Amino acid sequence: MSYLEYHVKTVPTGLSKILRLNWPLILLLITVASVGFVMLYSVAGGSLTPWAEPQIERFAVGLAAMFIVAMVPIWFWRNMAGLAFGVSILLLIGVEFFGETRMGAQRWIDLGFMRLQPSELTKITLVMMLAAYYDWLDIRKTSHPLWVAIPVVMILIPTLLVLRQPDLGTALLLVAGGGAIMFIAGVSWWYFGVVAAMLGSLITAVFMSRGTDWQMLKDYQYRRIDTFLDPSTDPLGAGYHITQAKIALGSGGWTGRGFMQGTQSRLNFLPEKHTDFIFTTLAEEFGFIGAFSLLGLYGLIILFCFSSAFANKDRFGSLLTLGVGVTFFLFFAVNMSMVMGLAPVVGVPLPLVSYGGSAMLVLMVAFGLTQSAHVHRPRSR
Amino acid sequence: MRRSPKDTEASSRKITRRGLVVGGLQAGMLGALGWRMRQMQVEQADEFRLLAEENRINMRLIAPARGLIADRNGIPVAENTQNYRIVIVREDAGDVDMVIDRLRQLIYLDPEELERSLREIKRRSPFVPVTLTDQRSWEDIATVAVNAPALPGIIPDVGLTRYYPLGADFAHVVGYVGPVSDYDLNRIEDDDPLLQIPKFQIGKTGVENKFERPLRGKAGSKRIEVNAAGRVMRELGRDAGIAGSDLQLTVDTALQNFTEARLSLINSAAAVVMDTRNGDLLAVGSTPTFDPNAFVRGISVQDYAELTENKYRPLANKAVQGAYPPGSTFKMLVTLAGLDSGEIGPEDTFYCPGYHELGNRRFHCWKRGGHGYVNLEKSLQQSCDVYYYELAQKVGIDKIAEVARKFGMGERFDIPMSAVTAGIMPDKAWKSERYSQDWRVGDSLNASIGQGYVLSSPLQLAVMTARLASGTGIMPRLVKSIDGVETPIEGAESLGFNENHMRLVRKGMYAVSNTRRGTAYSSRIADDQLRMAGKTGTSQVRNITVAERARGVTSNADLPWERRDHALFVAYAPYDNPAISVSVVVEHGGGGSSVAAPVARDIMLFALHGKMPPLESYPSNQRAGIRELQRSLPVHDVVRPVRSDRA
Repeated sequence: MSYLEYHVKTVPTGLSKILRLNWPLILLLITVASVGFVMLYSVAGGSLTPWAEPQIERFAVGLAAMFIVAMVPIWFWRNMAGLAFGVSILLLIGVEFFGETRMGAQRWIDLGFMRLQPSELTKITLVMMLAAYYDWLDIRKTSHPLWVAIPVVMILIPTLLVLRQPDLGTALLLVAGGGAIMFIAGVSWWYFGVVAAMLGSLITAVFMSRGTDWQMLKDYQYRRIDTFLDPSTDPLGAGYHITQAKIALGSGGWTGRGFMQGTQSRLNFLPEKHTDFIFTTLAEEFGFIGAFSLLGLYGLIILFCFSSAFANKDRFGSLLTLGVGVTFFLFFAVNMSMVMGLAPVVGVPLPLVSYGGSAMLVLMVAFGLTQSAHVHRPRSR
Repeated sequence: MRRSPKDTEASSRKITRRGLVVGGLQAGMLGALGWRMRQMQVEQADEFRLLAEENRINMRLIAPARGLIADRNGIPVAENTQNYRIVIVREDAGDVDMVIDRLRQLIYLDPEELERSLREIKRRSPFVPVTLTDQRSWEDIATVAVNAPALPGIIPDVGLTRYYPLGADFAHVVGYVGPVSDYDLNRIEDDDPLLQIPKFQIGKTGVENKFERPLRGKAGSKRIEVNAAGRVMRELGRDAGIAGSDLQLTVDTALQNFTEARLSLINSAAAVVMDTRNGDLLAVGSTPTFDPNAFVRGISVQDYAELTENKYRPLANKAVQGAYPPGSTFKMLVTLAGLDSGEIGPEDTFYCPGYHELGNRRFHCWKRGGHGYVNLEKSLQQSCDVYYYELAQKVGIDKIAEVARKFGMGERFDIPMSAVTAGIMPDKAWKSERYSQDWRVGDSLNASIGQGYVLSSPLQLAVMTARLASGTGIMPRLVKSIDGVETPIEGAESLGFNENHMRLVRKGMYAVSNTRRGTAYSSRIADDQLRMAGKTGTSQVRNITVAERARGVTSNADLPWERRDHALFVAYAPYDNPAISVSVVVEHGGGGSSVAAPVARDIMLFALHGKMPPLESYPSNQRAGIRELQRSLPVHDVVRPVRSDRA
């Protein structure tokens, strides 16, 4: 029973809800998705198939889903949070047994009408779960060790399941996204300080132990780290993708080679050019101006999420909106860092632009939730 | 949970505060991403663009067409033909063994060749095309092309390869090309990128080797756009390169063919035919010979062993590489040295009892009973050794050497053949340098009859004879023109010897093959217009020991092949108006008059007539035998029309 339910009368009803939607955010989403369509058209060599057309259809479905979710009162979604989280955990376990192997990792579960990536679903249900948890929890108990341990477990269960697939990228996003919500919800700085210190010393230990009798990783794992730190050591092997991505990106220059003129992607030097590495094609064809504009659009989406959250007095709605914003941010920040050689290649798509059904749908549903929170936020009389 | 307004306010404030911290972090990261974009796309853009171009654009070499080699009449002796070959790219093939197994079911692959190719495949990078087999028929190529889907990485291909239409005839003259080897790459200092092309053909011996650079031409290149897999997407530009220079040799194909055919009746021999007026080498024969086409694609180990282990040394070009004691063919030069030094006149005589005593050593004349009193003409006609022992003692070796060098003895002629020998023209200084010993009179005696230290090649003997005939210092010439530019004739000026002395020597040579007592009378030319002047030579390759002489082992037939005498004959014709000089050396053949002279006469007559000589040119009692010989000669119809379909 939250604050919200005592102000039901101030919440818009019926068609007026549509007017109260966060329209600038919706327009931003459509713009970014359109950039995606253009890029998918380009990497297919100037063709709607095989990528641009299905992507447009999925976006339309996603947009519809977003409106439906937005129309449903936010407290319904809060009540569903536990169930949704539970279902996604079950699906993750299901992937272990019924999943289809793609690209060497178990990620998909075939539902008949569509193939679902439970790890994508989990990104948003975890955010819902944590927001609902902190909405339920007495704010004075937020930093109590017991009440800190519970959300940590909530985060770790799907993280470990995802790691088993193995999907390092999603696991990192889950931890970072979940951690961010805990932080925003008010968990003491101390916990984060201690975790950061532990991580730091672990990394130091891993590197210090290299070459000694008690080294902590296998040799090949060290070599992967080497490749990340300096891709030129293995330009045709593991470093190939990142080297080629950087070449494509860098060769774009100020204004790029022009639409459909990117030689790197056109000649297949770029790996995964329609999914994880699509940003490099954009950067090659539209240059710094194009790439920076996309970054700006993403920045604006985050800005609108945050301002909507700050204006929302409902703890669940506010935390949920911020959680979605942070998750969205992590998506594109990790993806861009990855293709620009700032982070290891972990397999995170560029949100709304990369080709992919599950991620697109889940993101649109997530934005539907933020819209619901926005529409149904408590308003002063 | 139900909250008080106070709690709600606190919660909202905290969320805003913490949210702003997270937002700040995000803004920082956005800034970092933007900064990184700027760094890569603006500051390092040129660098990356260059890398992208390198990625995209590949340079491929285009091998230029190798220069053609033709004979003096324009008949091709080395040309380029279409070479259908089958190439494999390991990367595209995947399972190489499986693909090759399938290929073997379709076409025959020589196991030895396959073995070599497999080694090559392992050595090269996976994306480098390696030739599996070449010189295939069009049917084989078509079979492979039709089955292409089942043969990943297998590419039927066409290139140019060297072909020697006359086969063995020109093996020693033109030499051959072969695939460039690691050995070649280490040996020759040549940074031409063409040499890096696998199996690129370079000249290994002969003219092909000596004129390698002009024949090879200059590499062309094409700039092609490739995709990440290395597949060619399109050609961006092309520089065709420069084809190799075409060479025209002085050799006459028909005469060369006849020479090789005539020599092939003997185990091991060499002959050189030269134009006495301009030095053109009309034929350079050496038998046995071999098929140079076998080397072009890489000869098999077994075939190569057969060539190297043959005791008659088919791979050696004996005409220029072989150094033989000239024997009595050297005597003209000693005669000339005697006349030039004024030590003898034409009618001065020496008495020949069959031997000459020097201290307690006895130097024998070839004729046991001796020649009696011998003058200059008779000394040449009957090849009296004692005359030359006496003469050498009077003239001395240094004078003989001085004269002989003017006739090309001891000189390495600059003709484009492999391992041209200088022979040896010894003198006092030479012996003291070579053996740290003083020259002895006995050495002069041996030298005077072309034995001892004196060594010369058939080429040198032909040049010597041409210079005796013409009185000039004519130089041999093998290449008539390069790309249509005539090679200059050299040495056509007089040697400066007294023309009367020269005439006396020529007269002696005429007597050899035209007078009844002459050593080569039986090999005379009957045609009065084409009379031949010559000189026989029989050079020992061993010393006949006193014991052997006592036993009576002096006949060649009693000796193993390796220890028999070399048979030599040099000649020029026509006597009145010299045009052609011929030298013939038959290794371990026996006597010069019986073995070498008939061969030389046949070659001389063919050269003079330009075709199979008429029987009228031969003495009437020999015509029946000559007819048989001409019929049995393995000549082929070399004067065939030039085929235009060969590029």
